[in-house]
Amino acid sequence: MLKRIRTVLWVACAIPVLALLWVGIVTFTQRTDDVSALQASGIGGRFKLQSSAGGELSSENLKGKPFIVFFGFTHCPEICPTTIADISSWLAALGPEGKEIKALFVSVDPERDSVASLKDYLSSFPDRIIGLTGTPEQIAQVAKEYRVYYAKHPLKDGDYTMDHSALIYLMDRDGKLAGTLTYDAKPEEAIAKLRRLLAAAA
Amino acid sequence: MKLHLVAAIAAISIVIRGPFIPPPASSHPAFGRPGADGSPQARLIIAASPAPEYTLGSLRIKAPWMRATPKGAMVAGGYLSITNLGIKPDRLLSIESDIAARVEVHQTRMSGEVASMRPVDTPLAIEPGATLEFRPGGYHLMFTDLRRGVKEGDKVKATLSFEKAGKIEVEFVAGGVAAMGPAGGGPPMKPMKPMKPMKM
Repeated sequence: MLKRIRTVLWVACAIPVLALLWVGIVTFTQRTDDVSALQASGIGGRFKLQSSAGGELSSENLKGKPFIVFFGFTHCPEICPTTIADISSWLAALGPEGKEIKALFVSVDPERDSVASLKDYLSSFPDRIIGLTGTPEQIAQVAKEYRVYYAKHPLKDGDYTMDHSALIYLMDRDGKLAGTLTYDAKPEEAIAKLRRLLAAAA
Repeated sequence: MKLHLVAAIAAISIVIRGPFIPPPASSHPAFGRPGADGSPQARLIIAASPAPEYTLGSLRIKAPWMRATPKGAMVAGGYLSITNLGIKPDRLLSIESDIAARVEVHQTRMSGEVASMRPVDTPLAIEPGATLEFRPGGYHLMFTDLRRGVKEGDKVKATLSFEKAGKIEVEFVAGGVAAMGPAGGGPPMKPMKPMKPMKM
């Protein structure tokens, strides 16, 4: 009898301990961006868009190279210009080490963001950021592949603004998601993640 | 055996409470009481810095600034703070500037990873003792349909109209394209980003 109670108590004790361990593992892996889980997320995919650097840029052109993708629009006074500047500064901090990383700014406002306007806009930043735009269908397709939310929000006088995901995606050499950064990421965190992205073998 | 029971209860209680998750950063307090946001100290810093400060009746307007605009940009964000030092409430009615077809009050919101911007209806009340604050990540003045671009160092004139205090022309000093606070104007709301554009 006593033995049975003891067993029951041991089990009662072990369950929360195991649960705690599990919570710990989940929290830990979430914090460190479990790369295999991110790759398995299926985020990313094929695209072919108009490039501010001239011509078209497709996912095929990026094979074997790690790259950064983020979505925004030029009629954006706050998050977009500061994110472009942040990414430029991270790449500048990496120097020659980060030379092979491409950084792509995909417009979620293809109606107003032509290749020419993207090119003009990005000329105010260091030339590491490539602007991409396309037809509304092409943008919808790439947004779907990257699971990016965007929506037009009408303003007064027929004007509008865009709601959009401000997440920055870090893609590995196979074009698979290897990490993310938020628009307010600290430079140390961003640079560490970019180093990890570069270090990952093809 | 009692010990086992105690250990089990302790472990269960930890599991129920869950891992410590820090509370999210408080949403932007657009209206702060002086003192609560450390503005007495801020005033000392302002007094020793070149950031412009304006007085209109009982309103004190501090450090209007904006970002330089990337080439071809049609919009620009502007920031400032307005403190009502009087005993009666006032209201910000409108903002006008030669540089833009219109100047609206907008608010940036983050819901999860999704950023959105929404117009805020004017007039905006400023209660006695309160500060109406425009800063990155919260309220901003949206200079819309720009008639010309803004370069770093530019001083952009704008007229603020208040219900009681009347009108005043202020100058928004332009920082870099990624500036997060006024140049030399007291402590930035968020750490200043080191990035400076290398090409203009």
